Amino acid sequence: MPTTQTALAPTAEPRRRFVLCASAALLAPAWPAFAQFRVEISGVGATQVPIVTTRFRDEDRTGVSLSGIVRADLERSGLFRNIDTSATLDETATPAMSDWRAQAADALVGGSVTRLADGRVDVRFKLWDVVKGREIGGQSNVVEATDLRLAAHRIADYVHEKLTGEKGVFSTRIAYVTKGGGRFTLRVSDADGEGGQVALNSPEPIISPAWSPDGRELAYVSFESQKAVVYTQEVTSGKRRAIANFRGSNSAPAWSPDGQTLCATLSREGGSQLYLMSRNGDNLRRLTTSQAIDTEPAFSPDGRSIYFVSDRGGGPQVYRIPAGGGTPERITFVGSYNISPAISPDGRTLAYITRLGNAFRLYTLDLSNGGTPQALTETNDDESPSFAPNGRLIIYASRSQGRDVLMTTTLDGKIKARLVSTTADVREPVWGPYGR
Amino acid sequence: MKAIRVAQHGLWVLAASALLAGCSSVSLDDKDKVPVESRTGSTVTPGGTGAGANTNPNSQTQVASVDLTRRSTEAAQAANLRIVYFDFDSFVVKDEFRPVIDANAKVLTVDRKRKLAIEGHTDERGGREYNLALGQKRAEAVAKSLALLGASDSQLEAVSFGKERPAVQGSDEAAWAKNRRAELVNR
Repeated sequence: MPTTQTALAPTAEPRRRFVLCASAALLAPAWPAFAQFRVEISGVGATQVPIVTTRFRDEDRTGVSLSGIVRADLERSGLFRNIDTSATLDETATPAMSDWRAQAADALVGGSVTRLADGRVDVRFKLWDVVKGREIGGQSNVVEATDLRLAAHRIADYVHEKLTGEKGVFSTRIAYVTKGGGRFTLRVSDADGEGGQVALNSPEPIISPAWSPDGRELAYVSFESQKAVVYTQEVTSGKRRAIANFRGSNSAPAWSPDGQTLCATLSREGGSQLYLMSRNGDNLRRLTTSQAIDTEPAFSPDGRSIYFVSDRGGGPQVYRIPAGGGTPERITFVGSYNISPAISPDGRTLAYITRLGNAFRLYTLDLSNGGTPQALTETNDDESPSFAPNGRLIIYASRSQGRDVLMTTTLDGKIKARLVSTTADVREPVWGPYGR
Repeated sequence: MKAIRVAQHGLWVLAASALLAGCSSVSLDDKDKVPVESRTGSTVTPGGTGAGANTNPNSQTQVASVDLTRRSTEAAQAANLRIVYFDFDSFVVKDEFRPVIDANAKVLTVDRKRKLAIEGHTDERGGREYNLALGQKRAEAVAKSLALLGASDSQLEAVSFGKERPAVQGSDEAAWAKNRRAELVNR
């Protein structure tokens, strides 16, 4: 069944200006059974849309709290403030707008879940503008019973886009590495950390995962043969191949935006230098030629340059080189140790890790005006930043109470969400592209 | 002499069966206990004999042979001659580790079929990929030292584990010092 939209034409709603006086650290309700992560949100955003998401009719029968997932997604984006309710509303209701206005809500979401004869599920929802007292729009989404979480994320994306004008990233996926019990896994989960599945299970370390731009493959470094080797692996089939297994160490794979080229760090000619190769490992050519360490490549979104880390100036700093080769240009000048560059999808912001004394902290730098670097956190063991495809959030790894944890933050550092693993240490998150 | 030969063979069998049983994370200690198959099968004991020597204890022309080269070959396999430690942020092979280089270079020049992997490591501080590259520098420094003493390039592969395989857990200088190392491993 195709996704259908209701007859009412949607209009783009301007963001409501809203100043909050209190900050709260909220714990999302614990889902039964399958929660691998808890979402803990802290911080205050300057402008947030107050929104009510009621319970969906019959969602209790599925064991998946779709309305709860929508609420958590919207909260984590930093652009919404949830108003609690125990009410249930479906998409055919005519809500009493004055009641919702009295609760200071600007927007309202309701919906229903219906099991079809063939076992699939019809998830329907409606979004209302409470202030104007009318529908904005809604959809019907028929999914397999195993994809209910994805259906909820799609609702949150719809709400995000209608009310902010920007695409939401709730239907995207992340990949990350876990370490525990002497084993390492590479996992893929929803962007909220739930529904994690194991893509690779190994007794030896796995590092540096990287999504292909079409979201179909992951590149990563595996030590299964007692050295660093770059693999690419199809996510759905598990089919994998060693892309770079030259003499010495092979690591830090990065995909070009068109998915046809990989850049990686190889030590085949001594030292650690950047090389380009086609997506199947052919056509190897050397990109950097220094006596230093050159590593951690990251393509710019237009594919024309590659950012990377080099210690040719003494300590590791971020540089940029034309993708076709040429003279590298230094990008970071503040601090003696800057690594792990990540570029925002619009190409304008660099996120990276700076060492300050004994602490490693997440910073951003505006690439267009080269201004002052901005600290995003106050924690001491940050690593591996990665942008969401809408450029509004960064996922990174950090350390809290002796455990490795995954965090998301808004670009101003104001709203942070903690995806906490309850079983193993988690590290090296990478945010996947749009496309589900 | 015969008893030692049998014991060595027994250890080989144990090690081999451990590998076959899917024991894929061989710990550092196990590697150090894997003996090297000796060529002559003899060892130094008082009144002992080398291969082909006159073994008649009543002979008046018997000469006991003390083989110092073999002892250094076996000694090189001992744990403390398999690891080079490094100062913070450094990949210089310090003088105190000359014996490690000497012993292993000797083994390699004597037997050109012998291969070694040199595995470089760092302590836990810093980024994973940058530390992988630092570990690579340590491994390559050791490889270069071995090559200068006669080992050929084809016998050596320098690789790195960065900070991914610490020898010692802990976040103090004592632990960090034990993790900044290059290990020489039979391949």
